[in-house]
Amino acid sequence: MEKIFQKLSLLSASLVFIILIGIFTTLFISAKPAIDEFGFGFITDARWNTEVPLNQSNEKEKQTDTLKEDTTQNSVSDSDDDLLAEDEDLMGDDEDLDDEVATKTVYGGLVPIVGTILSTVIAMVFAVPIAMGIAIFLAEMAPKKISIPVGIAIELLAAIPSIIFGMWGLFYFAPIISETFGGYQVSLLTAGLVLGIMILPFMAAITRDSMKTTPDILKESAYALGATKFEVIKDVIFPYSKVGIIGSIILSLGRALGETMAVAFLIGAVYNLPEKITDPTISIPVAMAVNFGEAAGLGESALFYLGLILFVLSFGIISFAKFYFLKRNKG
Amino acid sequence: MRLLLNKIILALSLVSALIGLAFLGWILVTLAIKGASAMSASLFIKDLVDNGLRNLIVGQLILAGLASFVGIPLGIVAGIYIREYGQGSKYAEFIRDLSDIMMSAPSIVIGAFVFALLVKPFGGPSGFAGAFALAIMMIPIVINTTDSMLSLVPKELREAGIALGASKYKVIFNIVIRAAKVGIMTGILLSFARIVGETAPLLFTSETSNYFTLDLTSSFPSMTVSIYSLANEPEESARDLAWSASFILTIMVLLINLTGRYITRNKK
Amino acid sequence: MPVMNIKNFSFTYAGVDKPSIRNINLPILKNKITALIGPSGCGKSTLLRSLNRIHDLYPGNKYEGVIELLDFETNKYENILEIKKENEFIKLRQKVGMIFQKPTPFPMSIFDNVAYGLKIAGIKNKTEVENRVEEALKGAALWNEVSDRLNKPAGGLSGGQQQRLCIARAVAVKPEVLLFDEPTSALDPISTGAIEELIVELRKDVSIAIVTHNMQQASRISDFTAFMYMGDLIEYDKTEVIFLNPKEKQTEDYITGRFG
Repeated sequence: MEKIFQKLSLLSASLVFIILIGIFTTLFISAKPAIDEFGFGFITDARWNTEVPLNQSNEKEKQTDTLKEDTTQNSVSDSDDDLLAEDEDLMGDDEDLDDEVATKTVYGGLVPIVGTILSTVIAMVFAVPIAMGIAIFLAEMAPKKISIPVGIAIELLAAIPSIIFGMWGLFYFAPIISETFGGYQVSLLTAGLVLGIMILPFMAAITRDSMKTTPDILKESAYALGATKFEVIKDVIFPYSKVGIIGSIILSLGRALGETMAVAFLIGAVYNLPEKITDPTISIPVAMAVNFGEAAGLGESALFYLGLILFVLSFGIISFAKFYFLKRNKG
Repeated sequence: MRLLLNKIILALSLVSALIGLAFLGWILVTLAIKGASAMSASLFIKDLVDNGLRNLIVGQLILAGLASFVGIPLGIVAGIYIREYGQGSKYAEFIRDLSDIMMSAPSIVIGAFVFALLVKPFGGPSGFAGAFALAIMMIPIVINTTDSMLSLVPKELREAGIALGASKYKVIFNIVIRAAKVGIMTGILLSFARIVGETAPLLFTSETSNYFTLDLTSSFPSMTVSIYSLANEPEESARDLAWSASFILTIMVLLINLTGRYITRNKK
Repeated sequence: MPVMNIKNFSFTYAGVDKPSIRNINLPILKNKITALIGPSGCGKSTLLRSLNRIHDLYPGNKYEGVIELLDFETNKYENILEIKKENEFIKLRQKVGMIFQKPTPFPMSIFDNVAYGLKIAGIKNKTEVENRVEEALKGAALWNEVSDRLNKPAGGLSGGQQQRLCIARAVAVKPEVLLFDEPTSALDPISTGAIEELIVELRKDVSIAIVTHNMQQASRISDFTAFMYMGDLIEYDKTEVIFLNPKEKQTEDYITGRFG
């Protein structure tokens, strides 16, 4: 019994490893056609689903594409009809070519990659200072009567499904933003801000936890030298919990990077490189969410390629954060 | 000067805290007003085809429940390996790190993985695929909580058990797990709350359905996926339905969370 | 001459009905070492932590009575319990320094640790800061050990060195009074000896109050001793008197090891 259970537990633990390898290889195999076709140039290519005149025609693929679209239409949303219009115009031009010359469809990942990075950057720029403020408020300023219930409220908010942030953003937040800053209601800016609001509670909660690891006696001895609260925070708490705080920020960044639903409603889902912050664009998770159901062949493979890029990116970032945490455990 | 700076910075952090809380409050109030105003008994009796939510609520709970059925035992047993059998070994550390990283893996990627593994080869979306995707999300969360709860059990307790001549297996099951029971329960509830609100991994695995079904081999009703498509429909009534569903979902998530917290507080 | 005067002082922690220490009357004499002894829970640390009002970091505590502190410039006594403004708190804590049970090096270099109090006191002149840091480290008998690695993190020092660093940090701002809250409880005997020597040495510049659970320590280094029990001050006198010829029975029982 002892032996069996030990083996069983080892097996379950190894499952984590197996699943991760599985995810990676599955994504890789599914992305293989796109990788073979576009190589690393995929990352810097801003065209998506664009037909270019070339010797090879992908007629067949186009047909399956439209077929699949019909069958899955009812379950997959077509949220972005109006915004896709721009995209369709582009395609319209190409279709004229389609009749005369042999064409092939080109997929490039630049737009979703840029969209992912920019929306995450906006979210972080917005969320980091506010999360720090909340964490400082909870850990150092508020009396217990306030900090305990507010702290619990923040933790509960971190548990709210992200789709709700997205919906609220679309119906209530986006109109205000577009009125204030101009431009579309759905844009990089609104998506980034809602993403920031979504990661806010998570970031604030774990940053507060890091700050709380500073021993009271250390804070007291700074106060005993006549330090002000701000000086204690700046010179004792921040340096002491620096590693943990950086780790929390990177962890939140990883979350923002892979977030789908808070962004899907708001980014616009058009394959356009944004020129202004108020332009609509698309991110990797949203590209997958919106186009997966209707994609086939090379298009689907390109989406897997995007997924692989996202997976590797977030894996790298989270490992980096883990490395930081680990260093601290040893120190 | 120092005092002024102190005041300014503290005021700034207070203001930013208020801004953050105001946003979050705004969301909750919106949700409560929009959700509660459209609340009616028929939502719980009728299915989505008749503008009700019954099939979605049941479907989402079945998906998350099925995921838990697989994910919880696997996660707990893996957590036991990491903390008890493999304690301190390189391999256990490695698995722990991987599991932590997997906890933050983008959920849409997990959806894509399951799509390639279970949807494409079997010719279409299924409840099984959706539950499988959720289970993959759940395992690392359960591992993480089990691991940290077991770490809180004092070493002396294990040593005392071993000193009485109990086998490692007996010590784990009769002493360690029992001591960490409440914490693990809470962890399970919190991880259930976390996956029950997931959308992205279900988008193209279970997809959703307008009808009540218990057939796990075809597209399966999912509340979150339906919220996504309803919110994008032009009719006001569809959006209202989306708000009601969001409201119910949030209440569900918060209740499970609060229950989890409550049992930990009470048993301590 | 007393540098501090505690008169009819009581202290009640937040959320507690009864005061933890009651009706204390005690002077802290200038350039003397006053030891506070008594069994754990007697209130000696509570009293010490009232003397720079470090209790005020946690809201809801209640002070009653008077604690006077001599202002060296005006030669007048001020009641520190009347302090309400932040800048007055800061001044109080610069005049009344504190050393804690465990060494509390800040997460910065050795030099910056000692310079920290000077920096927040507004001393910006680089040479002056350097001189004062060196002086303080010499005063804390640490200079020879660390002068070649002033820019290394303070966390790398041994426990005894860290505690002497904390003393140097407190001394650098030239306080009138230094409060020691069981400063050697986390240290080995050799480090303890070094700290005790240092405290005795410091007496010529600063007045000292020390809480200790170690009676030998009190008898070795202090000039005056106050014995507290269950929140009351039982007896205060010259250290020899307390240890050799106590007037109260309770004091004698404690000294001779019959309880506590």
